[in-house]
Amino acid sequence: MEDVKQMVKELAGKYGHSEKGLLPILQGIVDKERYISEEAMVEVARELDISAAQVFGTATFYSFLETKPTGKYVIRVCKTISCMMKGKNDIIRELESVLRIHMGETTHDGLFSLRETNCLGQCHKGPAMLVNDTPYAELTPEKVRQILCDIRKKEFPGN
Amino acid sequence: MSEMINLTIDNVPVSVPEGTTILEAAKKINVRIPTLCYHQDLCVAGNCRVCVVEQKGTDRLMPSCAMPVSEGMEILTNSLKARSARKHVIELLVSEHRADCTRCYKNGNCELQELSSEYIIGEDGFIDLIPYKEYTIDHYSPSIIKDDSKCIRCQRCVRTCNELQKIGALAVAYKGKDMKISTFFEKPMFEVVCTNCGQCVNRCPTGALTEKTYVDLVWSEMNREDKHVVVQTAPAVRVALGEALGMEPGMIVTGKLVAALRRLGFDSVLDTDFTADLTIIEEGNELLQRLKKALVDKDPAAKLPLTTSCSPGWVKFIEHAFPGYLDHVSTAKSPQQMFGALAKTFYAKKINVEPENIVSVSIMPCTAKKYEADRPEMRSSGYKDVDYVLTTRELALMIRQAGIDFASLPDDDYDSIMGESSGAGVIFGATGGVMEAALRTAYEVVTGREVPFENLNITPVRGMDGVREATIKIEGALPEWSFLEGVELRCCVAHGLANAKKVMDAVKAGTVNYHFIEIMACPGGCLGGGGQPIPTNEEIRRKRAEAIYREDAHKPIRKSHENPEVIRLYEELLHEPLSETAHKLLHTNYRARDRY
Repeated sequence: MEDVKQMVKELAGKYGHSEKGLLPILQGIVDKERYISEEAMVEVARELDISAAQVFGTATFYSFLETKPTGKYVIRVCKTISCMMKGKNDIIRELESVLRIHMGETTHDGLFSLRETNCLGQCHKGPAMLVNDTPYAELTPEKVRQILCDIRKKEFPGN
Repeated sequence: MSEMINLTIDNVPVSVPEGTTILEAAKKINVRIPTLCYHQDLCVAGNCRVCVVEQKGTDRLMPSCAMPVSEGMEILTNSLKARSARKHVIELLVSEHRADCTRCYKNGNCELQELSSEYIIGEDGFIDLIPYKEYTIDHYSPSIIKDDSKCIRCQRCVRTCNELQKIGALAVAYKGKDMKISTFFEKPMFEVVCTNCGQCVNRCPTGALTEKTYVDLVWSEMNREDKHVVVQTAPAVRVALGEALGMEPGMIVTGKLVAALRRLGFDSVLDTDFTADLTIIEEGNELLQRLKKALVDKDPAAKLPLTTSCSPGWVKFIEHAFPGYLDHVSTAKSPQQMFGALAKTFYAKKINVEPENIVSVSIMPCTAKKYEADRPEMRSSGYKDVDYVLTTRELALMIRQAGIDFASLPDDDYDSIMGESSGAGVIFGATGGVMEAALRTAYEVVTGREVPFENLNITPVRGMDGVREATIKIEGALPEWSFLEGVELRCCVAHGLANAKKVMDAVKAGTVNYHFIEIMACPGGCLGGGGQPIPTNEEIRRKRAEAIYREDAHKPIRKSHENPEVIRLYEELLHEPLSETAHKLLHTNYRARDRY
């Protein structure tokens, strides 16, 4: 709790105590914590002297401002029409079966969260997805398995 | 003087000042353009598109609520293009609205329903999306029900809560098809900063925000032989009830109100104005005692300024937003709760009925009163002091249900005791009224003379400006009040919680130095309360205020301390203001609440 307070205070100090600072502060929280908790939102509202509901409204508007705990790696699959025509449903099926979670869920080990997202601007190279900040395009189920494998290897070098 | 702009609307020439919107210009020549998200009290949102009109020579339709006029415009409000666009908009809104009209509390008083009927929205419109949507119905609050399935996302409530009231309990959350009006983390309304003021309820064009109704419970209590049902009526109800029963705004219907309540079957018809007078005695004396403690005894515990406490929306607001200032709030209960405490003690004894057999009902212009009656502090009689609170709208519904022709009812008088009131009690219903009533009494207590204003009308505290200040110099104080000789009593009146916040921010910053502040949560005071007939707007508030001051001017007794029944109450029960009994029954305390 105290940590959250301190973190929000520092971010507000950096980005200002007016409403203008709201978005960069929320982004800053996501960078540090991966998601914006209820406590963090309350602290932001207090620092900027705005209502907590307004902070919640802003945070829920943006897809990249998570308001629920997420895994270390957030996988966002493009859900738009171009990627769909290129087979994004197969990609999602593969992700779900390898990770053993449904769309919107997080794996038990807290490593992966699965989300859909709006256009990633890779329409000519669909299907596309983002893993945290890294884009992957021209995906196939095999490629997806490899990407997940590589991340797991990085996280658990012993295995 | 701004420039005049000439245009035609439906081929009628009209000339309006620059900056006027098409909608306002049309109103001027009595052309009604339908609206949904637009509300006079609020900023323009322009999101519903129901008010679209056509401009000759252009392709695009434009929202008349947001578009300012320009020279030479030729506007068509009812062209085929405008009409069909409007119809599509309404159909789309209905496709996302749980149009369960026959079962809806707002049936017959719903702007979306009216428009749907006007534009003949049939069954072959767009697909009904409600079965595919997830929505919540929050009925946990004692005063307000929020039903998302009826919401058309016009955001009147959000603008009300954030601009007019600066509470910020409601916000727009999520986006696109998932967009909804939400509290913080979608918590129930009773868990968040909502003050229950009901201004959102008064402005909601559909049944998405309504008061929680207790009409059926009151009917069944009245049906019980063993119960004696006592009803009290708030000052602002008598100048607004008529509107909900087909009368023009600004009519005083006190006598008909009493007659109707008796016809409905209430056993004792009494007046909250009586306890408004009592509030003045208690609160006025509290103010004088505080002044003495602060000015003579230099007691740091005697906090100034003193603020009023009759508006439960304001009380909950200060508990959330300024918890460090709770000892500035008068400990005197609101008139409703003073009445409730007396109904099950003093009045029960008078009429020889066991308190457990008294059912105490109040008719209020307010939704927050429902919440106030539910507060755990409000059980001084040993029972729930006020059992059921009905809004002005709910009473109008009961009168309609009973088949009473309200307009033709003969005038009737309140029962006694606790039915008599002074003009000072009546003006409680208008912003500035409590201040004026308190000054009429306090000045006379201190000097032995009437307030130095013509006909007791303290005009500086009247009006509709958001924050008003007045100073009254005390001259010729009686010996026991000699410390107040020459003191300029600095008063402030604010209505609407945005203005309340402004005043309290100034108090906190130390830039103002008031002795006494009157705050009402709702714009215009109780006469503009969340429980009043819909619509309520600036013009209607003004008419209700005029009616209240008219009623005051015609009262034979104008000052609270001259109310003979209040005098009797002190003789028989309370003995003196702020006595031990008075404290037990008529005073309360407050609790700090989280702001977020």
